[in-house]
Amino acid sequence: MAVAAIPTPIVRRTLRMTLASVFGPLGQVFLFVVGSAVVLSVVTVLIAVLLRGTRTDVDLVQATLVILPQVLIDGLVRGFLFATIALGYTMVYGVLEFINFAHGEIFMVGAFAGAAFGSVLASSGVLSALPVPLYVVVAVLVGMAVSGLLAVSIERVAYRPLRGAPRLVPLISAIGVSLLLQDAVRLIANLSGLGFNARFQTPNFGPPIRLAEIPVSPDRAIPLILDVRALTFIIAAILMLIGLNYLVNATKLGTAIRAVAQDRPTASLMGINVNQIIALTFLIGGALGGAAGVLFGIRVGTVNPYVGFLPGLKAFTAAVLGGIGNIPGAMVGGIVLGFLEAFVASYLSLMTAGAFSGASYADIVAFGILILILIFKPSGLLGEAVSQKV
Amino acid sequence: MSKSATLPQAIATQFNRGPLAYAALTLYVLVTSALLLANTRTSLLTDIIFVLFLFGLLLIYRARVVGGYKLALAAALLLGVLPYFGTQNAFYVELAIQAAIFVTLALGLNVVVGFAGLLDLGYVAFFAVGAYLWGVLSTPQIAQIAPGASPVSPSMFYLFLAVGLLVGTIFGILLGFPVLRLRGDYLAIVTLGLGEVIRVLAVNLDRPVNITNGSQGIKDIARPPLPEVLRAILPGLGDAQIYQIFIYLMALLVLGVTVLVVYRLKNSRIGRAWEAIREDDVAAVAMGIPIVRMKLLAFAVGASFAGAMGVLFAAKQQFINPPTFDLLRSIGILAMVILGGMGSIPGAMLGGALVTLLDLQLLPRIAMELSALKRQGIGIPDWFDPAQYQRALFGLLLILMMIFRPAGVLPDERRREELREGEAETSAEVEPAAQSRAASTS
Repeated sequence: MAVAAIPTPIVRRTLRMTLASVFGPLGQVFLFVVGSAVVLSVVTVLIAVLLRGTRTDVDLVQATLVILPQVLIDGLVRGFLFATIALGYTMVYGVLEFINFAHGEIFMVGAFAGAAFGSVLASSGVLSALPVPLYVVVAVLVGMAVSGLLAVSIERVAYRPLRGAPRLVPLISAIGVSLLLQDAVRLIANLSGLGFNARFQTPNFGPPIRLAEIPVSPDRAIPLILDVRALTFIIAAILMLIGLNYLVNATKLGTAIRAVAQDRPTASLMGINVNQIIALTFLIGGALGGAAGVLFGIRVGTVNPYVGFLPGLKAFTAAVLGGIGNIPGAMVGGIVLGFLEAFVASYLSLMTAGAFSGASYADIVAFGILILILIFKPSGLLGEAVSQKV
Repeated sequence: MSKSATLPQAIATQFNRGPLAYAALTLYVLVTSALLLANTRTSLLTDIIFVLFLFGLLLIYRARVVGGYKLALAAALLLGVLPYFGTQNAFYVELAIQAAIFVTLALGLNVVVGFAGLLDLGYVAFFAVGAYLWGVLSTPQIAQIAPGASPVSPSMFYLFLAVGLLVGTIFGILLGFPVLRLRGDYLAIVTLGLGEVIRVLAVNLDRPVNITNGSQGIKDIARPPLPEVLRAILPGLGDAQIYQIFIYLMALLVLGVTVLVVYRLKNSRIGRAWEAIREDDVAAVAMGIPIVRMKLLAFAVGASFAGAMGVLFAAKQQFINPPTFDLLRSIGILAMVILGGMGSIPGAMLGGALVTLLDLQLLPRIAMELSALKRQGIGIPDWFDPAQYQRALFGLLLILMMIFRPAGVLPDERRREELREGEAETSAEVEPAAQSRAASTS
């Protein structure tokens, strides 16, 4: 069959189309943020009303309502943390159908890069003089560069030779990479004097912002506080998500990434350099992970080489929750999981009168969600049901 | 086997069969045994001899001599020389006990990962269940759960080996049932999550009812009573020494039973069904294999070995706490299976022994040698302790094995074929696409 050369019209994107493709998915994410916050709050208050009689020492409903705004802020921060890490899992899964088990460690390396950057600045004495926004931008860029390049080199060394091998082979290699990175970072941190628990030195972020006062009784009021570091995290994460949406939905590179994700051999026939695009995907995912690491470090204050394991696992849960391979899905999954965790962590011991510690059982809740989602709706919240490739 | 053998291969074949093989094998075993018995001090030299001595077992397995002779030699090494050496040096018997325990675990995981192709990253959870079962029931901890209950008698230990087997099976089925419908890589992450859940529960179940005693762990776990026969056989030894040999023999017995069971399973209808599922689950379903039930069976069989070994482990250690059962331990067992060769029984045994020796003997020994150098004034920094870098060891092992020898050191025949087939497919992947395009344009 002869194919006539038809001149394809060049589609030029209007500004409106670009904006729609960038903010459309974000609107969806926003809806989920508000929706899950409202649903969880209502459910929690209902439970508090039901359990009101079980505790005589405190008024459960009042206690629940008083900490609710703080829990929501906490959930939002956790949610954006999971969302930024989950994007790395989901993008790599999209193009390779492979769980990059080492992604949690890439996040951790980003955090260490930030800590090293902070300690270099501190030892040269410029840290305290640096304006906070400038510091955040530069530190995040450092983390992104280190983690992004690391992710690309890992792909080159440990995953590319195994492409096309049975499924479990690259996964096992990724587990190996993850363990190796933990110990390599531990070694380097010890060598360089950062130490196992590396202190994350930052300029002074100033006192937390007091948003409001919640009156509990006539003579007592509980302040509603927003930590500047948490605010930084949320703003930076939103900016990154906008950037990623622009890159993936409104640029030629993004089109190439989506093409490779859809059908690798065909994309290759259309003149897309598949290896390059896969490397690029690792770069973007790694950079996002690194940025999340730096922001996490800024917020938490110290990082250690094993800090990436649990967030990594939960971010994977978030990616599955949203529908793995689906970029807005990863954001939605991250946010929903973050809220759920924050609610369990804050309210479980309150509701059970201290019998169960919320912080530990939050982890169990996360894995429980993972298992339930995989059993009942493996395609996730936003994913479409795709038949498995045989 | 290639026809044109190189010189080393030619020599190797000479030593592998015929009268020369008998002579060489016997000589090797005698020399290493003699060397071992002559060097009873714990040192680097003894380490090397010990490894060479154990290497003799592999040689015995590989050599082409009569089966009965193999068995006699192996029995002489494991039941004669090693226990006798143990009366001189307790450290190496301890090492052998640990190796036996982990080889058994590797064999159990090999059923799940190697035979059925289900990557289980939370295998140690079942081990923990067995260990906590004996730990809780044989100590006053039981009174915390059921006030007034007294711990079971230590002589119930043997019964509890069976109970551990059963409880492991039940847990395997309970945990496996929801997750076994998942595809391979999802299953890996979910089992990892489940493993963590068990560990987190072990840490946190000291409230509201104190079941596991939290992060402090359970101490003074009962040991089975020492059989009087052993005292009669080994006169003039302290109870602690006899006890160690007793535990060693018991671990060996459990290992032996496990090998037998696993070997029979592999060559049964069930084993072939597992391999069919591993290689192509769609085709396996088409051939009428009940895939979920078979996967569940693999999960349960693997878990049951871990449960029984957990009981023995708790009795041996007499102390268990949650960090004993962390992810690193699961990954370590996985590394054993992968190093030896997934699906290969001798491979899993070799991998288990090698990794245990590396982990418990070689790394600490290097650390000690380094600290000796440091005392002589050679600059080795304080923080550098090779024994603390197990993760790097396991990680490197996994990556290198996957890249260079995914079928393992002692590969399983069918597994090797499968991996080779996979390689052939990828190299041919682009060509059919190009061909079909050419066909459609012509």
